[in-house]
Amino acid sequence: MKPAPFAYKRARSLDEAVALLGEHRDARLLAGGQSLIATLNMRLSAPTLLIDINGIAGLDRITRNNGSVEIGALVRHAQAERSADIARHVPLIARAMPTIGHPAIRNRGTLGGSIAFADPAAELPACLLALGGEVEATGPNGKRVIKADDFFTGLFETALAPDELLTAIRVPAATAQTRTGFAELARRHGDYAIAGLAATARADGKGLSDVRLAFFGVGATPLRANTSEAALAHGDIDGAVAALDLEPHDDVQATAATKKHLAGVLLRRVAAQLMEAR
Amino acid sequence: MSDLSLDITLTVNGERIAERVEARKSLVDFLRDDLALTGSHVGCEHGVCGTCTVRVNGEIVRGCLMLAVQCDGATVETIEGLSDSGEVADLQRAFEQRNALQCGYCTPGMLATAQDLLSRGGVPSRDEIREHISGNYCRCTGYHAIVDAVEAVAQARAGAKP
Amino acid sequence: MKIVEDSPPVLSVLDRPNSYIGRSVPRPNLARLTQGRGQYISDVTLPRMAHVAFVRSPHAHARIVNIATEAAKQAPGVLAVVTGPELAKVMTPWVGVLTHLKGLKSAEQSPLAIERACWQGEAVCAVVARTRAEAEDACELVDVTYEELPAVVDAETALDAKTPVIHASLGDNLCFERKLDVGAVDKAFAESDAVIETTFVTGRHTGVCNEPRAVVADWNPGEQRLTVYHATQAPHMMQDLFALHLGLEHQQVRILTKDVGGSFGIKVHTYADEMATVALSKLLKRPVKFVADRIESFVTDIHARDHRIKGKIGVMKDGTITAFEIDDLTGIGPYSVYPRTSGIEANQVVNLTGGPYQCPNYRAQARVVFTNKNVMCQYRAVGHPIAVAVTEGLVDLAAAKIGMDPLEIRRRNLIADDAYPTQSASGLKFEKLSHHEALAHLDTMMNYAALRAEQAKMRKDGIYRGIGFASFIEVTNPSAAFYGVGGARITSQDGATAKLDAQGNITVHTGVTEQGQGAEAVIAQCAATSFGVSMDRVRVVTGDTDNTPYGGGTWASRAAGIGGEAAWQAGKALRDNVLAVAGAMLQAKPEDLDIRNGIVVDKSNGTERLALNELARVAYFRPDTLPPGFQAELMATRHYVPRAWPFAFTNGIQASYLEVDTDTGFVKLLRHWCVEDCGTIINPQLVDEQIRGGVVQGIGAALFEQCLYDDRGQMLNGNMADYLVPMAVEMPDIDCGHVVSPTADSELGAKGAGEAGTAGAPACIMNAINDALRPLGAQPLTDMPFTPDKILRALGKI
Repeated sequence: MKPAPFAYKRARSLDEAVALLGEHRDARLLAGGQSLIATLNMRLSAPTLLIDINGIAGLDRITRNNGSVEIGALVRHAQAERSADIARHVPLIARAMPTIGHPAIRNRGTLGGSIAFADPAAELPACLLALGGEVEATGPNGKRVIKADDFFTGLFETALAPDELLTAIRVPAATAQTRTGFAELARRHGDYAIAGLAATARADGKGLSDVRLAFFGVGATPLRANTSEAALAHGDIDGAVAALDLEPHDDVQATAATKKHLAGVLLRRVAAQLMEAR
Repeated sequence: MSDLSLDITLTVNGERIAERVEARKSLVDFLRDDLALTGSHVGCEHGVCGTCTVRVNGEIVRGCLMLAVQCDGATVETIEGLSDSGEVADLQRAFEQRNALQCGYCTPGMLATAQDLLSRGGVPSRDEIREHISGNYCRCTGYHAIVDAVEAVAQARAGAKP
Repeated sequence: MKIVEDSPPVLSVLDRPNSYIGRSVPRPNLARLTQGRGQYISDVTLPRMAHVAFVRSPHAHARIVNIATEAAKQAPGVLAVVTGPELAKVMTPWVGVLTHLKGLKSAEQSPLAIERACWQGEAVCAVVARTRAEAEDACELVDVTYEELPAVVDAETALDAKTPVIHASLGDNLCFERKLDVGAVDKAFAESDAVIETTFVTGRHTGVCNEPRAVVADWNPGEQRLTVYHATQAPHMMQDLFALHLGLEHQQVRILTKDVGGSFGIKVHTYADEMATVALSKLLKRPVKFVADRIESFVTDIHARDHRIKGKIGVMKDGTITAFEIDDLTGIGPYSVYPRTSGIEANQVVNLTGGPYQCPNYRAQARVVFTNKNVMCQYRAVGHPIAVAVTEGLVDLAAAKIGMDPLEIRRRNLIADDAYPTQSASGLKFEKLSHHEALAHLDTMMNYAALRAEQAKMRKDGIYRGIGFASFIEVTNPSAAFYGVGGARITSQDGATAKLDAQGNITVHTGVTEQGQGAEAVIAQCAATSFGVSMDRVRVVTGDTDNTPYGGGTWASRAAGIGGEAAWQAGKALRDNVLAVAGAMLQAKPEDLDIRNGIVVDKSNGTERLALNELARVAYFRPDTLPPGFQAELMATRHYVPRAWPFAFTNGIQASYLEVDTDTGFVKLLRHWCVEDCGTIINPQLVDEQIRGGVVQGIGAALFEQCLYDDRGQMLNGNMADYLVPMAVEMPDIDCGHVVSPTADSELGAKGAGEAGTAGAPACIMNAINDALRPLGAQPLTDMPFTPDKILRALGKI
């Protein structure tokens, strides 16, 4: 189980990475590599070139500005897990982090890689969606911003153009009113979940507003549940569960029926978290 | 393309290494095939079993999910280095005393992972130990003995009375 | 260091001043492994060594129309591309049958498929190259034209007239069938107060050894000799098979087994790709290495346990079990695996069902059918987890039906501890078991009454915890009755050679092998004790057919009970020989002397007379000083095979305490207990760790592991992300307890301990889940593994 041969180039700058992507249409970007290298080993993917972006300076920072937090594409899971800024200002990601893989995986895996890879069962794409964040993409024409709601376009597909790379994500910094909820059901600790839910809301008097629910593991992309969000904002948990209209498929760990049922269970559990004091 | 193989220099277990290596070669295959450091094992080659766990720049990684060429300029430590330096001598002794290994195939990766936890200090609970080694597969022991051994070392290192 | 012994040392009548029997001596060979200095077969590199990778059938059943190899032959690094017909010129085919499984039939199998591929993953072409990566590159260039054939994937319909026959020469898809009818089953059911019937399913799963299968074959034409570095459990068996199918003498074949990264029964069979590797070395006249990668392991390592069993039990209101009846159906893949056959598992299910209980009425039917899935064969605790699940599942259902506590119904039906010798309805002969003592020990150890109280209290809060039990018997120390009588060249005897070196230390060569279970420690403990030296003066040699006595290796929990006894006897024989030398040197009667702590002493008062290094010096370097005509014999070999009993049965009981999340169908394991009687305990720590590891393997079967196939015979989850093995977080701590009923068949009295954990755990988990869900009116779960899907369905939530 060895990968097919490929060439390897270390990009020293964003410009170089973008140029290489433009030149080599079947190149793949190598960030943390924790999903990519496994697929290469199994020969499920056989690019002719890997463009290693790990050496590009400046992409591994977590910075706060104007009520938002910017997380560089190369920030590793372990770095985010240890970050006081993430704990304080993006508690949803802090909450999700221990459920992602295992320590050795989190030491290499990057937040940018996870979001760009867009595995529908992964935690971070759902977190980004729940946070109402945005993605900074860099391409030959410079940078552009893509809203999380527009980013995940299909199974392992995103709004990134073939010659663009994800360079950062930006999410709103939590305020005193921010409420977050996170729960997933995985057969074993660290596995991809059968179903999971990341959520944010704003405490509004005794109730909630701006509820954002992002389910994962139950569709081709992380999925918002708009009707349920509205119901939750009205404090109607039963209504929120009843309004779920997910259409998951069977997979080797669970049937669609189980996934749908578990989504409802998760919604109740996460609703309880949202309603707790922060 | 000319970049199918690359020259890399790195430090492995304190030794300066300069080699030409195929881009597609994983770190663990490089360690085993090119440097004959066979203490790091290959179990699944897709990042699940943890038997290839080694330390790169002080942090544990999956040796099958990192390319050797990515380690240009890096410091790599394998079980051979961890053994020679004595860093995990107490863990090794505890594993031996407690029979926390049977076939021993997972053990180098398990030791590196346990050391990663213990190097953070304190005495982790049994649940925390189990969680930290959750990415290291052992088919033989059922894990109980491993948790015992790691717990015992944590207590000993913390100077806690048994 | 706070490492608490589970069991205090149990010293036996075998105790001597140097006794290690019953002591938790650390294994002497462990530091090598903790330091990464082990040598596994995957680590072996030889001069001129080439690597082989295989082109494998993507279809479950297909005719091989053509194999175009030209492009592959031109690829960088490629040394040879070889197809089935070419390799057939080097190696003869085989058929996996045994005569004592009457009627068992199978078809010829070759190292590489010829004409047809019969399961997804079967090797159809071999590519040998300088590196594994180059071999894999070239595999992609081999162009195989297949004509897909209808695949038989469902055992239930495999015997239907309209189902295609996989091997036309066999006439049908029936591999083996066994029927048994003992006592008056129908009458017993008719007279029962309650009769419960249900169907059990045990999921097809596999061993997932951490080190995949590995072999390096080195044919040396200069010596006309084949050396095979092989991660195997049975070196002499493999020597025989390689020799037989290559047309060589045993003397021409040497098997070297170094460290093995787990085996569990996976590495005791003939694998076509390993046979092909050996044949390729012969063909190419150079070393060839094959290490299965994880993906090919999932579709080629033997699978096991794919059974559907209809079960029926009759019970009286007082709890008396009146009869058992089972109908077992299992689909074993397209071939019966050579040389142990794939009929043994079902045969064991028939033998073992109902085994712990006093119940004279038993009817069983087992049918073993061919399918186009990967082959199944013997895996840790062969047949036991299935038989125990059926038996213990039925007993629990019966208890629930009559409103009796599950421990109480067992107490009322388990064979009495003073009933031995006796035999089961199926004819298994029991020398001495201890079901009741084990049950009583478990009751106390787990504090059953308090757990029941806690369970009841928590139910009021909507928390559903369950307690499950499983009594079991386990086959260990097999005599020739297992394989030899059926014509298999698999030895049940084992040998040990003890020799004194010129410094007075001893080396013990044994036919059993080390797979991590601690065989080397056990052999050293036995020999050190009977000979009279400390452990650090004993070195053990295993896994080399040139240097060890002929033996069976490691399987069926035989290494300690059979290999240990041989080592014990060899140590004694060497002691006698050494004392003869000492007698000659000291002008004393040998029978008045003994060896203690490596020193020859007066047996009566322990007075030190002669150090062994001095004795060895004289014997080896100054034999001229010994009396005329006296010859020192400082090497002794002894063999042992059980003769009085076909098998040494062990017994025990397990308990599980768990919690079911009734919203999600997830199960959290809280605690697990096992009380086991393996006779004389040579090393308590090693026994406990065999139990613990075995229990977790059984838990895997109950909750996580299953090889899933689609209706075209494609395995759906053949990787470690989708096939779930037990990992640390989900596993409980496991408490072990012991009862000791030695076998009188050997001096040591040790029975085996390697499989008891795996035998009982699945049933135990099943019963605990059903115990948790019973108050909710859930349909009992009997279809393993118990996934959230199945639990939610039972609860009516989906």
